Amino acid sequence: MEVNRILNMIMNGSVGPVVILVSIIIMVWYAGAVYLNSSFLIDRYEKNNIDWSFSELASDSWSMERPVLPSPHQIAKELKKTIWDKKITSPRSLVYHSGVTLSSAMVGFLMGTFLGILLSVGIVYVAALDRTLMPWIIASQTIPILALAPMIVVVLGSMGIIGLVPKAMISTYLCFFPVVVGMVKGLRSPSIILVDLMNSYSASKAEVFWKLRLPASIPYLFASLKVAIALSVVGAIVAELPAGAQGGLGARLLSGSYYGQTSLIWAALITASVISATLVTIVGRMERAVNNRMGLQI
Amino acid sequence: MNEPTSSKSSMSISIDINNLCLTFETQTEPVHALSDINLQVNSGDFVSLIGPSGCGKTTLLRVIADLEKPTSGTITVEGKSPHEARLDRSYGYVFQTPALLPWRNIESNIHLPLEMSGYSKDEQKKLSQQYLSLVSLIGFEKKYPWQLSGGMQQRVSIARALSFNPDMLLMDEPFGALDEITRDRLNEELLHLWEKTQKTVVFVTHSIPEAVFLSSKIVVMSARPGKIINVIDTNFPKDRTFDIRESTEFLEVSQLVREGLKEGHSDGS
Repeated sequence: MEVNRILNMIMNGSVGPVVILVSIIIMVWYAGAVYLNSSFLIDRYEKNNIDWSFSELASDSWSMERPVLPSPHQIAKELKKTIWDKKITSPRSLVYHSGVTLSSAMVGFLMGTFLGILLSVGIVYVAALDRTLMPWIIASQTIPILALAPMIVVVLGSMGIIGLVPKAMISTYLCFFPVVVGMVKGLRSPSIILVDLMNSYSASKAEVFWKLRLPASIPYLFASLKVAIALSVVGAIVAELPAGAQGGLGARLLSGSYYGQTSLIWAALITASVISATLVTIVGRMERAVNNRMGLQI
Repeated sequence: MNEPTSSKSSMSISIDINNLCLTFETQTEPVHALSDINLQVNSGDFVSLIGPSGCGKTTLLRVIADLEKPTSGTITVEGKSPHEARLDRSYGYVFQTPALLPWRNIESNIHLPLEMSGYSKDEQKKLSQQYLSLVSLIGFEKKYPWQLSGGMQQRVSIARALSFNPDMLLMDEPFGALDEITRDRLNEELLHLWEKTQKTVVFVTHSIPEAVFLSSKIVVMSARPGKIINVIDTNFPKDRTFDIRESTEFLEVSQLVREGLKEGHSDGS
């Protein structure tokens, strides 16, 4: 009974379950580090005829220079070194690289959202676009972005467009899709009765759009924006991989894999996911604020 | 000319329908929703369209509202074609559901048609106050639709339909989704509104007591094809209350409507 009561107390709060889950992940991670790094270590022990115990194997596998899987505290150390200790302007600072990635992701996100809304309005209002555009839009997303990104970067580079714009365009390419799909659904979401209501007031097409379709599409827009903003970071990172970019989290991932610096890769990955999660949270907050203002139930 | 008077002879005709047919083309076979409809509605009349579901009563209301086009026949609304009447905003339409915009508060929902008719902000405010008080909803201006009960929402929808002072009120089973107690209360309120505003009302229902209590003219319809079986004029005082439901006259009219519905039913099958 007592155990149940304590368990209830922990699991009912929002902190308890998260702490438990994170601890489990960290424990599995440490176990995984031992498992993945052990074969290399055991080889070395045997070559050098060193007697070893499991505890030695564990502590060695958690403190390797170039582990297959770095342990959480090694990644934490790398994060502290590259975020905290380095100057922001240093090319070794993760803050600097995050800034590079974030700026192209944001430009791409804004362009993608704009393009997505534009296309969705076209699709909803022009019957010809509805039939012709949608298949192409869907087809565009079946091409692996990893295959497409180098071409965009190279083609634009040969036209003299380098730096942020090509990277932002790859983010745009990923972002516009969920926005189109969500907004087409949103703009078509008003019930027939509401459309009839507007017709009974002999409302113009513009009035139906601004007073009915657009406000009705806002919840759909935000659902799409949450997907799009996470994709924008993915797009920016992928764009940094092919052209040997000097800055950005993608460039860090690349140099990490060149030099077998797995903790560097993991640090960049974790930074990227923290950035994505933060951006999604910000969009979520904006959604709540807009919902409140529109008087909608959440 | 539109001045409401109590004597029927001097009334002008608000809706004039002659030999009207409407056929929906479907993939299998054409559906005759309305067949040879003839109906005259005087200004200031309260007309109920009653019949079983599928008899075309809602379709007829939608034809009057220019939300549906007839296949043949003629129809004039306030002396104009339904299309012109709609462009002139000659009617307010109350749907089966309140059809309020969930992102607008009550006041702002009533402002919707007023914005499109070009009223100034001050006039919008004044009119929404006036019509909210008419449906006894003062104090709910800033509430959102989901914060109101179904009956209150439908009252907002009626206030919205009246707010731009149209000639007619077209109502499509507005109280169908409400419980009987709320429905009775709203019936009485609607009767007072009709008396106060002198509007022409066309009211679709499938409730006999509702039709008999509210109407000055009851149009009984039958299904497949949708046609008019009988038109019954009633002569209850305008300031009637629910007490008349016990009167012999009320029961006689109800019986007449019921017989009409039965006749239409046996006709159809």
